[in-house]
Amino acid sequence: MKETQILPKGQHKAKTRNFVIIGILSLLIVLMFIISMNTGYIKLSPLEVIRTLFGYGTDKQELILFEFRLPRIVISILVGMGLAISGCVLQGISRNALADPGILGINAGAGLAVMLFISFFPSTTATPVFFLPILAFTGAGVAAIIIYSLAYKRHEGITPMRLLLTGVAVAAGISAAMIVLTLRLSPENYQFVATWLAGSIWGSNWKFVLALLPWIVILIPFVFAKARVLNVLNLGDLTATGLGASIEKERRVLLAAAVGLAGASVSVSGGIGFVGLIGPHLARQLVGARHQFLLPAAALTGGLLVLIADTIGRWILQPSEIPAGIVVAVIGAPYFLYLLSRLKD
Amino acid sequence: MSTPVEVSTELEELTNSKKHSRPVVAVVVLFGGMFALLMAIGLSISFGAADIKLATVWTAVFQFNPDVTAHQIIREIRMPRVLGAAMVGACFAVAGALMQGLTRNPLADSGLLGLNAGAAFMLAICFAFLPGLPYMYLIMYSFLGAGLGVGIVYGVGSMSRGGLTPMRLVLAGAAVSALLGALSEGVALYFRIGQDLAFWYAGGVSGTKWIHLQIMSPWIIGAMIGAVILSRSITLLSLGEEVAIGLGQRTKSIKLIGMLIVLILAGAAVSVVGAVGFVGLIVPHLTRFLVGHDYRWIIPCSIVLGGLLVVLADLAARMINPPFETPIGALIALIGVPFFLYLARKGGKEL
Repeated sequence: MKETQILPKGQHKAKTRNFVIIGILSLLIVLMFIISMNTGYIKLSPLEVIRTLFGYGTDKQELILFEFRLPRIVISILVGMGLAISGCVLQGISRNALADPGILGINAGAGLAVMLFISFFPSTTATPVFFLPILAFTGAGVAAIIIYSLAYKRHEGITPMRLLLTGVAVAAGISAAMIVLTLRLSPENYQFVATWLAGSIWGSNWKFVLALLPWIVILIPFVFAKARVLNVLNLGDLTATGLGASIEKERRVLLAAAVGLAGASVSVSGGIGFVGLIGPHLARQLVGARHQFLLPAAALTGGLLVLIADTIGRWILQPSEIPAGIVVAVIGAPYFLYLLSRLKD
Repeated sequence: MSTPVEVSTELEELTNSKKHSRPVVAVVVLFGGMFALLMAIGLSISFGAADIKLATVWTAVFQFNPDVTAHQIIREIRMPRVLGAAMVGACFAVAGALMQGLTRNPLADSGLLGLNAGAAFMLAICFAFLPGLPYMYLIMYSFLGAGLGVGIVYGVGSMSRGGLTPMRLVLAGAAVSALLGALSEGVALYFRIGQDLAFWYAGGVSGTKWIHLQIMSPWIIGAMIGAVILSRSITLLSLGEEVAIGLGQRTKSIKLIGMLIVLILAGAAVSVVGAVGFVGLIVPHLTRFLVGHDYRWIIPCSIVLGGLLVVLADLAARMINPPFETPIGALIALIGVPFFLYLARKGGKEL
């Protein structure tokens, strides 16, 4: 609270502006939510959607809305938020503008863990829904540790470029291992894994919302609470130590949170890349680099992005679908290239 | 002005002092490699669902008898397959060697720089819009696609503020590959050709027919001869742009011709085997380690060793999990990734 008093006048304006932007983003999500509920193989007009939401729809409309579309929309938003916050944290702690759980190979690690489980315990796929995020978290964590230690050089520590290159290579290795594993799968499981790998919101079921929710609900507020620490870390190690932040410890805790968010998100959405990259970048252009605003804005842009991608994917070639991951890659890769071309070493 | 003779002695001195070349080792590698390649080809032909003795392989090749089933299998299924594997490996390896020499980028490889993804994307487009296109034309679209991929990667790389660093190219390559991969996947889903494509790529070299080899070989042989002719200039270029210009090389046209050869080689290889990466990364490095830095030796040795690597990978792919075939690309990535990590750690001081 005291902080607001020290701020010069111009920053008060910026603050109001940021609140307005976050408000607009939230409105956009609501709007997209409604559009997405209308979209699909069976069309529901906005009026029908509203009527059904308040319990006056036909049985068929209720089934479509409550059992298929609503959980899927909720999951898209949660996954987008989780990945974007994860990317935002990774960019903050590594001071690397291109960091993203997908590019760094963390998503691949989570994917491999889930796939290993499916290929060795094929009969139990239906039961352990709550187990999937934990499994994915473990895989993501192991991948993160491997990448971190491979990129670490004595006397030099971690350089952003080496971290990215190591991530790219580890991701390539893990995908290769996954391809080998897919051959061991039965046809039904293979179908499941193939769609999952392409980054499709497959868990369109309230059970998956429940499995994902605790991770999001606990970790996102935790990261929000660390916004100041992220601001300080962003200044660079020397300044950070000077300001009294125990950087290594904070960095590890935040890294674990980022890994947890990415792992849980990937466990229900598969290989959606680039969200953790684009979400925070768009947010930064809108509200600036201070994490108090950046984190909520990133969460909203991430959620919006995945929701839009999933809706487009469902709408473009009915009755079949394009996985959201493909749509996001088509938007995300050019954006990554644009960022790369503007980046200084 | 120096006379040609002087230039060539200058060149010898330069190559000897800065980058040693080991002709004796190179000859040993070349002939040893050829022998190993022949052995591997023989083994690969004899190994499979129907067990065939090496002696039968010999008679099938040199005293072909159409009435013997084993001879039929060898002639119609196994020989095109193994020859395809050898060709594909040689293509990827020489393409990688040329790229590394031309760009002086130790991480250059057709898979890492977006060529493979581009060629694969073009094939997906062909399958979608021009179904039943004969292989003769398919291969040319594949060249075009390879050009598209590398064009985007270099375009982005050269637009960058810090210029074309190896790291930047690899990152741009990863993003372009992700984009083109997603687009191919989207096209495959939209036109419901996923299965055809998956069969085409993941089948590895198993689907290779004589007709593919026939159409491919003139292009490949032409490109390989071009690479060998160009090899002396590439050695000079790999010493540095100024050195090459100082020695009277037309670096622009060398680069242009070199890249054309790379496009043909990578495009042809992808059109047979799909987007297999890392062959072009591993083989030239291994060859350089063995024979030194003279591309007049590196290129022929890469042809042999690249062929050997993919023939062995194909053999392993069939042995690991029979009756299934493990994708060759995955197998080679399992060797390639640690190798790439090692190179990235060293920061590319070699070359």
